[in-house]
Amino acid sequence: MSFARKLTFGIVALLTSLAIGTAHADFEPTKPIDFVIMAGKGGGADKMARLMQSIVEKEGLASRPLVPVNKSGGSGAEALVALNSATDPDHTIMVTLNSFFTTPLRQPGLGIDIMTFAPIGRMAEDTFVLWVHKNEGVNSFEEFLAEAKARGSGWVMGGTGSAQEDQIITDFLNDTFDLEIKYIPYKGGGAVAKDLAGEQIDSSVNNPSEALGFYESGDVIPLVAFTSERLPMFPDVPTLAEAGEDFAYYMQRAVVGAPGMTDEALAYYTNLFAEVYNSEEWQKYKSDKSLLGEYTSGDDLADYWQTQRDRHETILKASGAIN
Amino acid sequence: MEVVVLLLDGVWAALQPTNLGLAFLGVVIGLFVGAMPGLGSVNGVAILLPFTFVIQEITGTISSPMIFLAAIYYGAMYGGAISSITLGIPGASTAVATTFDGRPMALGGHAEKALVIAAIASFAGGTISNIIFTGAAPLLASVALKFGNPEIFALMLLAFATFIGLGGDDVPKTIISICFGLVMSAVGFDIISGAPRLLLFDSTEWFSRGIQFLVLAIGVYGIGEMLWTINSTRDSFKMTEANITLARVWQALKSFPEAWRGTSIGSFLGFFVGILPAAGATPGSLMAYGVTKMVSKNQEEFGKGRPDGVAAPEAANNSASTGAMLPMMTLGIPGSPTTAVLLAGMVIWGLQPGPLLFSEQPEFVWPLIGSFYISNVIAVVVNLACIPLFLKVLRMPFSILAPLIFVLSVVGTYAAYQNIYDVWLMLIFGIGAFLLRILDYPLAPAVLAIVLGPIAEPKLRQSLLLSDGSWMIFLERPISGPITIAAIILLLLPLYGFIRKRVKARS
Amino acid sequence: MRIAELVTAIAIAFFSLYLMWESGEGPSWDPTAVRFANIGINVNNEGPGSGFWPFWLSLAMLICSAMVGINWFRRKSVPSQSTERFLDTYGIKMFALVGGGLVAFLFLVGLIGFYGAIPIFLFYYIYFLGKHPWWLASIIGVGVAVFCFFFFDVAMRIVLPKGALEPLFIPLYEIFL
Repeated sequence: MSFARKLTFGIVALLTSLAIGTAHADFEPTKPIDFVIMAGKGGGADKMARLMQSIVEKEGLASRPLVPVNKSGGSGAEALVALNSATDPDHTIMVTLNSFFTTPLRQPGLGIDIMTFAPIGRMAEDTFVLWVHKNEGVNSFEEFLAEAKARGSGWVMGGTGSAQEDQIITDFLNDTFDLEIKYIPYKGGGAVAKDLAGEQIDSSVNNPSEALGFYESGDVIPLVAFTSERLPMFPDVPTLAEAGEDFAYYMQRAVVGAPGMTDEALAYYTNLFAEVYNSEEWQKYKSDKSLLGEYTSGDDLADYWQTQRDRHETILKASGAIN
Repeated sequence: MEVVVLLLDGVWAALQPTNLGLAFLGVVIGLFVGAMPGLGSVNGVAILLPFTFVIQEITGTISSPMIFLAAIYYGAMYGGAISSITLGIPGASTAVATTFDGRPMALGGHAEKALVIAAIASFAGGTISNIIFTGAAPLLASVALKFGNPEIFALMLLAFATFIGLGGDDVPKTIISICFGLVMSAVGFDIISGAPRLLLFDSTEWFSRGIQFLVLAIGVYGIGEMLWTINSTRDSFKMTEANITLARVWQALKSFPEAWRGTSIGSFLGFFVGILPAAGATPGSLMAYGVTKMVSKNQEEFGKGRPDGVAAPEAANNSASTGAMLPMMTLGIPGSPTTAVLLAGMVIWGLQPGPLLFSEQPEFVWPLIGSFYISNVIAVVVNLACIPLFLKVLRMPFSILAPLIFVLSVVGTYAAYQNIYDVWLMLIFGIGAFLLRILDYPLAPAVLAIVLGPIAEPKLRQSLLLSDGSWMIFLERPISGPITIAAIILLLLPLYGFIRKRVKARS
Repeated sequence: MRIAELVTAIAIAFFSLYLMWESGEGPSWDPTAVRFANIGINVNNEGPGSGFWPFWLSLAMLICSAMVGINWFRRKSVPSQSTERFLDTYGIKMFALVGGGLVAFLFLVGLIGFYGAIPIFLFYYIYFLGKHPWWLASIIGVGVAVFCFFFFDVAMRIVLPKGALEPLFIPLYEIFL
């Protein structure tokens, strides 16, 4: 758009906003959109958020830019509180992961009810795979079980955060297979991958995107996928279901709107992110990084949240992380 | 020899007009962003990331967007020193140590000298680290992998030990300052238990994100120091003489050899700290300052405008920024927030950073490495050419410069974290720092502590989790053992000197 | 200066005690947790607890503030020997005008956003405190605000809060963003 045209638009917009205030029939953002990222710069969620922003920018999908703001404090608490108290819910959206479910459960004092957030769209579900270093001499899940059992608490699992995804999976392994794996929390998946490659820890349950570099160089080996079906990227890696356990665990990668978002705005963003989802870049990224899941929005997404929230409540209660 | 051929190819690719233009543009943007208090290379890189797609589409190569972003990164490292020296507020976290001696030098009327030393030292640091990088990247990557939790903690301990002399003569006040910084770094969230902690006055809004390093640093330097300067100089404040000519810049250039020691220590130390994923450029530059001071014969001159004190952190932060590229490219692990964003960029462009990057993507890697050399040359030339311009800032009447610094501090703090509570906190720290400064409380140790604290504490606890609580883990391991012992010896040295003095005084 | 030295040491001591108390707080999801259960050096064989680091460092602060007190009593430290006033008349006036101005600046940011507050603060400082001509103060005030808008909002995509002035910016967004 030429500057002169922009200027004309600006003046028209000024006049209309003066004339009719801020009432909109069909929602269009009138100011830059706060795009809150529930994680620090450079993490998995951040990468995805910036990819979405780039796609929106490149394809010119939105009339106002998405402005990414990282709010990683308190395992997502900071981001949730920021959204809950957003002054302009129609221009405040957030990229979330599973701490969207766990953090409000672990920190009831925040007063967050996730069902009040606007369900814009789930962009993907990230997967989890069990990794060991090649020097460990463990080549299958059965060998892993035997070795981990023999070493007791000498077997060390590294993971991201405490009482979050990685620890939930570790706790599950410990409970189901009667192991005593010791869990060490790290700040981010990258640090975990590096410490596994450096043999500082014995295993990890990184997302494929985090461990891919070391997998391709042959330093780490995938043993089992925590999904219901085998991942296209690792066709030889069995799922836990094949080992006889009905357990699948995913990380949601969803975009949510601030509580109080109008239906018009929700419809606008749902549509916007559907376009992002259907873009070539997003589809390529999804298959490159072994992400699963179809685009889900509206009531379906809200139902999904309810199920996930209940499931996490059960898991966290069982492990004693909440009571 | 193969490396030399590959490198020459890379340099040639980086010298192509498009890439050269991108590098120039990146350096200028970086200088600007870096000089802006609160904004560092990470902001510049993150904001321009979406535009690199356009660059990729136009040029058709994957190395061009990365050359652009890397140039911003380099430019920002140079730019950070500019506001540290001319305004006394660290332009970026990496340039905090530059204020220690750069600021006094500028106040003493030698701002041009400080700026020249900073620029040349940055260039030396950048170039030396580039050479190490080119020659030994894969080898050093395997060294970085050997640094687990206990090793990083030992290194942080060593960093503290090199700084033991940083405070003033008043020992209890120095310790209060260090402990304050360390405790503040624990505010917010405990990564090990996953629990919020030290939410002071039960305020989630204020403290759940923790106390960010720049909030304290800008408060201390942007507000506290300024109030102190206004109070102690009354209305008769003169920053620098009016005549800054190119001839004086030339004089300063010729005097650079005075700073050779700081430059060389900074270049090598910075690089090795920079390649360790948890550490990064800020601890690297602080350690370089500490070590340079420790080995200097004129320790008491540090903090008063010593050339080595400017050169060491500047050489180190540039060197460390190249160093931090190493784990990013060879391991796919970011060594600093900026490299984390660069990494995100590489992933988005469809590259897989990791051990195979060098062998599978040479057409990406070598032009990029070539561009490191070129960007460094561009950055030092642009920087030196602009020094008279930067100095114009100092010729402003102080009663205009002071409010501008206040506004920059406030806006910069907001821009860094986009949280208004952090701005209030910055102001509270600033006013507190002013009052404490009058009472001779040293404040630099608190700033240092809040940089190292968030690295040291989790590493300490992860290590002890690993060892079932046994502290011997720091001594038993082959790498952490010697580092820990060295740190303990350094920590005990001042005590030894103190006892010897006492004994002598008695006899 | 002597009084200020003592008052500050006492304030730091109380602040340290408060930090120690806060360090001992158990995790939010466990109301049964005993205060100070988390400050041990080896809690449940898992190494130091969440309160270990802040608690003992705050204790060190407390001890050091006591030492500052002892040095005050023995008149060993520089400020405790000083007979100067902590802040003289000029200092108090300066502190009230500049420090107060900064606090007011931040309050204004909350009300009318950065772009309303910046010109007002700069005008206040340059014209009233700096005694420069009013036109210079106005030019700098407005100039800095305009520069910040283009640098932060437009170029860096860091949207600074606008407070009550938000509606005025909607056409600007339309043009520049």
